[in-house]
Amino acid sequence: MPVAKVYVTLKDGILDPQGQIIGKALKTQGYDNVSRVRVGKFIELELTGETPEKLKKQVDKISHDLLSNPVIESYTFDIQEEA
Amino acid sequence: MPARFGVVVFPGSNCEQDCHYAARLVGAQVAYVWHQDTDVAKYDAIILPGGFSYGDYLRTGAVAKFSPVMDAILDFVDKGGLVIGICNGFQILLEAGLLPGAMLRNRDLKFICRYTDLVVENNQTNFTNKALSGELIRLPIAHNEGNYYADEETLGEMAANGQVVLRYCDTNGIVTDAANPNGSLQNIAGIVNKQGNVFGLMPHPERAIETVLGSLDGQMIFKSMISAVSK
Repeated sequence: MPVAKVYVTLKDGILDPQGQIIGKALKTQGYDNVSRVRVGKFIELELTGETPEKLKKQVDKISHDLLSNPVIESYTFDIQEEA
Repeated sequence: MPARFGVVVFPGSNCEQDCHYAARLVGAQVAYVWHQDTDVAKYDAIILPGGFSYGDYLRTGAVAKFSPVMDAILDFVDKGGLVIGICNGFQILLEAGLLPGAMLRNRDLKFICRYTDLVVENNQTNFTNKALSGELIRLPIAHNEGNYYADEETLGEMAANGQVVLRYCDTNGIVTDAANPNGSLQNIAGIVNKQGNVFGLMPHPERAIETVLGSLDGQMIFKSMISAVSK
């Protein structure tokens, strides 16, 4: 069954207070080499039917219309065949 | 005939009774509108109340924008009907694309519940025509995602069109960083669309309508709407 893995992140330049706090927490624990932390969302969709091209189109639309807010977020996804 | 207001109820709305009460208090005839309703044409104005529609899952307002009632509201807005979105209602209007921009988590990652001072930047709207120009009002906020964001171009366009209606300010009416509770760009607390018939604001006017609540300033918003639809 095809599974789409969608990653939603805040666009570059959008303030991410959660990421900043995590970054600070890592600094206090001595991880000095972590220069930037960005928090996002990971969403899995199990899909049926449709050709790979159609699925790609469909997941793109779902990601654009519901899973992300294009004003502040961007997304990427990949579709894998999983048993 | 009194102005007819509809208050939309989503699963997870929790300010609908306060909105109903506030609109009635200033003379409107008010009814609830269920989120599954598909016709709102009989109303003069629609209120999207605060709360946590659909549990704020995914993003605030993200799921509510696909409710059947939102299609009816898009149509209503097209025809010039007045829509006000308060707090979560504002977030829904942003998600639905009826207002520009988006909400981010509050700058300090805290839910903020307190009174704020606001300056009325534009009193020539359907929602603020009972205010003086530059009037200072006090309304409470209660939100976790009220950090308003829009890109530079959008902000410029809104400024040029007088779409910024309310900004957070200090007790003297000065817009300062210190008076910005949530990190909103340019201290923006409330905006209208270009056509002027859709208003979104994070503060709760319905919670400031009686002396015992600490402020009467919220009445101005509902009275302005009644005045606008009674013309």
